[in-house]
Amino acid sequence: MEEKVLQVRNLQTHFTSDSGTVKAVDGVSFEVGKGETLGIVGESGSGKSVTSLSIMRLLKDTPGKIAGGEILYEGTDLTTLSEREMRKIRGNDIAMIFQEPMTSLNPVYKIGRQLEESIILHMKASKKAARERSVQMLKAVGISRPEKIVHEFPHQLSGGMRQRVMIAMAMACNPKVLIADEPTTALDVTIQAQILELMKSLTTTTDTAILLITHDLGVVAEMCDRVVVMYGGRAVEESDVVSIFTNPKHPYTQGLLESIPKIGERVDRLQSIPGNVPIPSHMPMGCKFAPRCPHAMDICWEKEPSFDKVTTNHSVRCWLHEEVPQDESDLVGSSER
Amino acid sequence: MNQTLLEVQNVKKYFPMPSRLFSRKKEFVKAVDGVSFTVNRGETLSIVGESGCGKSTTGRMIMKLLDITEGKVIFEGQDITDMTDDQIRPLRKEFQMVFQDPYASLNPRLTIKEILEEPLIVHNFNKDNRSQRVTELLETVGLSRYHADRYPHEFSGGQRQRIGIARALAVNPKLIIADEPVSALDVSIQSQVLNLMKDLQEEYGLTYVFIAHDLSVVEHISDRVGVMYLGRLVELASRDALFGKPLHPYTKALLSAVPIPDPTVKRERIILKGDIPSPANPPSGCTFHTRCPFAQETCKLKVPEFREIESNHYVACHFAEELEEN
Amino acid sequence: MVDLKVSNKEAYYQQTLENTPSKTPFAEFWRKFKKQKLAFVSFFFVVFLILMAFIGPFITPYDITEPDYENVLSGPSAKHWAGTDAYGRDIFSRVLAGTQISLYVGLTSVLLGAIGGTFLGIVAGYYGKRIDSLIMRMCDVLLAFPGILLAIGIIAILGPGLGNVIIAVAIFSVPMFARIVRSSTLAVKSTLYIEATKSIGTRPKRIIWKHIFPGTVSSIIVYFTMRIGSAILTAASLSFLGLGAQPPSPEWGAMLSGGRDYLNIAPHVTIFPGIAIFVTVLAFNLLGDGLRDALDPKIKE
Repeated sequence: MEEKVLQVRNLQTHFTSDSGTVKAVDGVSFEVGKGETLGIVGESGSGKSVTSLSIMRLLKDTPGKIAGGEILYEGTDLTTLSEREMRKIRGNDIAMIFQEPMTSLNPVYKIGRQLEESIILHMKASKKAARERSVQMLKAVGISRPEKIVHEFPHQLSGGMRQRVMIAMAMACNPKVLIADEPTTALDVTIQAQILELMKSLTTTTDTAILLITHDLGVVAEMCDRVVVMYGGRAVEESDVVSIFTNPKHPYTQGLLESIPKIGERVDRLQSIPGNVPIPSHMPMGCKFAPRCPHAMDICWEKEPSFDKVTTNHSVRCWLHEEVPQDESDLVGSSER
Repeated sequence: MNQTLLEVQNVKKYFPMPSRLFSRKKEFVKAVDGVSFTVNRGETLSIVGESGCGKSTTGRMIMKLLDITEGKVIFEGQDITDMTDDQIRPLRKEFQMVFQDPYASLNPRLTIKEILEEPLIVHNFNKDNRSQRVTELLETVGLSRYHADRYPHEFSGGQRQRIGIARALAVNPKLIIADEPVSALDVSIQSQVLNLMKDLQEEYGLTYVFIAHDLSVVEHISDRVGVMYLGRLVELASRDALFGKPLHPYTKALLSAVPIPDPTVKRERIILKGDIPSPANPPSGCTFHTRCPFAQETCKLKVPEFREIESNHYVACHFAEELEEN
Repeated sequence: MVDLKVSNKEAYYQQTLENTPSKTPFAEFWRKFKKQKLAFVSFFFVVFLILMAFIGPFITPYDITEPDYENVLSGPSAKHWAGTDAYGRDIFSRVLAGTQISLYVGLTSVLLGAIGGTFLGIVAGYYGKRIDSLIMRMCDVLLAFPGILLAIGIIAILGPGLGNVIIAVAIFSVPMFARIVRSSTLAVKSTLYIEATKSIGTRPKRIIWKHIFPGTVSSIIVYFTMRIGSAILTAASLSFLGLGAQPPSPEWGAMLSGGRDYLNIAPHVTIFPGIAIFVTVLAFNLLGDGLRDALDPKIKE
């Protein structure tokens, strides 16, 4: 865990349109260690997907641009690399799987050819070796008849199978980092359980670091070691998974955890966060969560809090925790009442 | 007054497959293959299942948005199965639908006012009171009358779903069929809409048929729950019985597959093998036998009966009792 | 990005509401349309043409039918800006007066075609099944003829004249409109909001008028505009062939026809009406392109 494969420092990604600039990601920092799974949790508009696209430098076809910050992969800053150097990293060192596998599989090529192509490209393997490797990878992701599947087209497979193929493709070149953007959101629960199980076992055997982007807190609890909670383009809280779930500090994290119904826990009414997810073009000047926060104070509207450590491995962006008083729990407790 | 509001008797929906050239034999996708249940006044019955299990098709058949291939739908004692559009029109104000996708279910060219007025116009509501009713509806679902002149694209997903609910409420229905009403919404918005639906149920004595795939949401909102797999109900019971003591192996697997948002809880999980078979070519016998960890020879041959094993607890499994004992 | 300086919840929501003024679909369209420079210019040119169609005949510097045998086939000059034709008539005046004829023929014929085609397209798309097959096969038959040949055939039956040109052009516009409207009807019909309104119990008549027809309007407008250009062109061709407007009418196609014998000695006789046709058709086509870009939901930002 000491060795950090991927470090993101103060990432800024801005989108420009004719109505102005929107800071989709505004100063996000985190690190992922070898074999570690980091979850990025957030709702629509939180900037979690833009963060992953920024790391992969896949913003070219969008009006978005990395406006600042560093993305260090094993010490190299990815933001300074040329497109050509980046292509070598992509797929080989950092691989990505998307929510809808159909969009990233080419519908006119057979599964085998798509798998082999990236293996030949990145591992400089012969065609025969590439075929062997792809069959072996398909077997590893739990596809029972890989020799047959390589001759099929993407549309002939079910959603779960396609996601398996995507994972096989992503893992084929032994990447050090796997970015998974809502990998199971489009799948049914019983298939989701299969895929999560598969991702878990793959990372323990290969020591791949995973960046798991999701809105599903259940998936996070199941998969992640550390969690970054994002809201309105900012990281609002970061900690190890147990602290996030048992001792959330940010009112947004608290609200989120209280608002999801949990199996086996009957309540008459769910707690809910009032208001709506903010419109990126109309962010409040101070804390982005202030309009929905039950504890909002005057300072929250005036100035944005900084992202500070409350304990050695727990950071939060909230005025309630800004000047750590002697008895921190007292402050939180009193404002909750 | 009769307890039963809606009765669904052995309904089936077969969609014809595009016939192959030179082939005389017509093939069918059995989207729903014999589903029966009743819904009592004031309760919430949920229908859960994975994609392709026929839960939405069932909802659309009850709404008569799809023709019913076989079986009967009885609403308040009236058989609506074979009613024509004109015959059923006056009845439609008794049952309304809320759709999954709040972005697609509102006409982008109409203002909110026009959208909410439509059911009032269709069911000949007093013209003078329409504006007032629209304001009333907006306030009921937590929006303000200032929203009436705006267009759907100016609203967030949660607000749009509120508008969809307001439209369903406009003509004071008794039954609302909600097809995945919160699955397209953000987590923090989901709970708002679920709370709203519960409040409305209490206030207006509504009956819900709640179609969903998210079991934690279903547990929160339902009184009774039906589980569907490949066009058939496999289990139907009260919420407490179904979540507390599931009898069908599929229900058990489904329940154990839901990720629990608590990292301190670790538990045994039943991971089902393989994919959901295609409803165009369902397995023989018990359709679940291809994935069932307890499948035996009988399961491949014989379709299990949908039996009442305990009071009001129905299961379609040959070995439900034996599995329970072990 | 607007950073909102507010100090409490109410103020924030008030501000966000005020900062997002209600956008009507028309305002949205106008905003996008204005960005299309070429189409925007074409729009003003078309407005100018329509204005000319109304006042053109009254502001001509010369009489458009009176021959002037002293100035036969004289080239462009200060007196006659576009020269004179074989009868000494001022070509500029005639082109100006001809605007009315061309626009009238173009607009009415396409309007008739659009009305017929829209009706058939909606009926075919909404009711489907046999009616759909019947209407669409009829359209296929009509579309199998080359446009101009079909028009000639119709005129052969009805006899030459501007009125019959309008009917001919209208008839061969019908199947194109029917096809386009049918496909957008099918697209609208399969949307969830149509299912939603059906679930309320809305009658088919209201569904068609309130939901389906408004949904097809944008594609009708786009095709209507583009079609005017080609209708003007067809009408001019028919007149050129002597099947449409008859001399001494200042119809542009007829003027081309009248000038073709003097192409070598007096090219201006054909050039100026030719330019008029070219510029008008181009303007309508560019306008149509711009409208499509602004109206087509598929290329929304």
